[in-house]
Amino acid sequence: MTAYRVEIRVMPRAALLDPQGQAVAHALQALGFKDVARVRVGKHLVLDLDAASSEAAAAQARVMCDRLLANPVTEDFDVAVRTG
Amino acid sequence: MRRVAVVVFPGSNCDTDTLAAARAAGSDAYPVWHRETDLRQPDVVILPGGFSYGDYLRSGAIARFSPVMPAVNAHARAGGAVLGICNGFQTLCEAGLLPGALMRNARLRFLSRPVWVRVEATDTPFTTLYEPGEVLEIPIAHGDGRFVTDPRTAAELEAQGQVVWRYVRDNPNGSTNDIAGICNAGRNVVGIMPHPERRTAPALGGDDGARVFQSMEAGNATQHAVDVRAVGDHHLRV
Repeated sequence: MTAYRVEIRVMPRAALLDPQGQAVAHALQALGFKDVARVRVGKHLVLDLDAASSEAAAAQARVMCDRLLANPVTEDFDVAVRTG
Repeated sequence: MRRVAVVVFPGSNCDTDTLAAARAAGSDAYPVWHRETDLRQPDVVILPGGFSYGDYLRSGAIARFSPVMPAVNAHARAGGAVLGICNGFQTLCEAGLLPGALMRNARLRFLSRPVWVRVEATDTPFTTLYEPGEVLEIPIAHGDGRFVTDPRTAAELEAQGQVVWRYVRDNPNGSTNDIAGICNAGRNVVGIMPHPERRTAPALGGDDGARVFQSMEAGNATQHAVDVRAVGDHHLRV
């Protein structure tokens, strides 16, 4: 078993209203960042995990996302694995 | 007298009001701590409002894996009546017992104030004593109350008459189709964002919510679909 660091990004579905992202976009525009067209706010989760391989760590993380970490109705996720 | 199990999660804060509302309607209502695995043969299960597990990750996402939830699931799958109020609604969606999800209010603020909802379906265990189209004044208290589904599911909910309550006058959270509460296809599992348990007597500002509990106590709403009887620890279709 090897220690891996798994980073998971969970984002609201593109088609859904993201009021947090909108509020941040408006604040950035008010600060003078006029070129900001769109902001979306999601979650970043960092897991330290022992697994047989990097593929196994990613597979486990995807199961975690399916079961708990992301809501399939409203969110998409992606998984990146690094050696711990 | 119907047996009503009110599940208490860490962070539930409407459980006492819900127990009182059910008892006022004549039910034998009792609390069940979320670590218990036996609901003690209820006729009805209610998941009350609050902030289970601090709403961490997503509202209801962690409560949905509490030890009590397999029993709630089994009760629902057997056709038993289940009501989720506010955080309970969020938990039922997370558990897959109701379609859709509850997201952050469109204007981001936590809202605690009365709203108006129209009763759209009176053939659920919690709405039989209302008139179709009746408008009720019931308070909301939520930050994550925006009900969303994909367009196909929303169309199905409308076509099957699964929208039970709809916001009228204004939509406080930006929910799809102004939805305030829904039921499942079997019509035995119901979720509502406003708090009917907070409007059960004139002294509380009105009693528009009382008939949710009186309907439940009257308890003949689902007989056309499936009659459920508790035998031992199991619910059987009879």
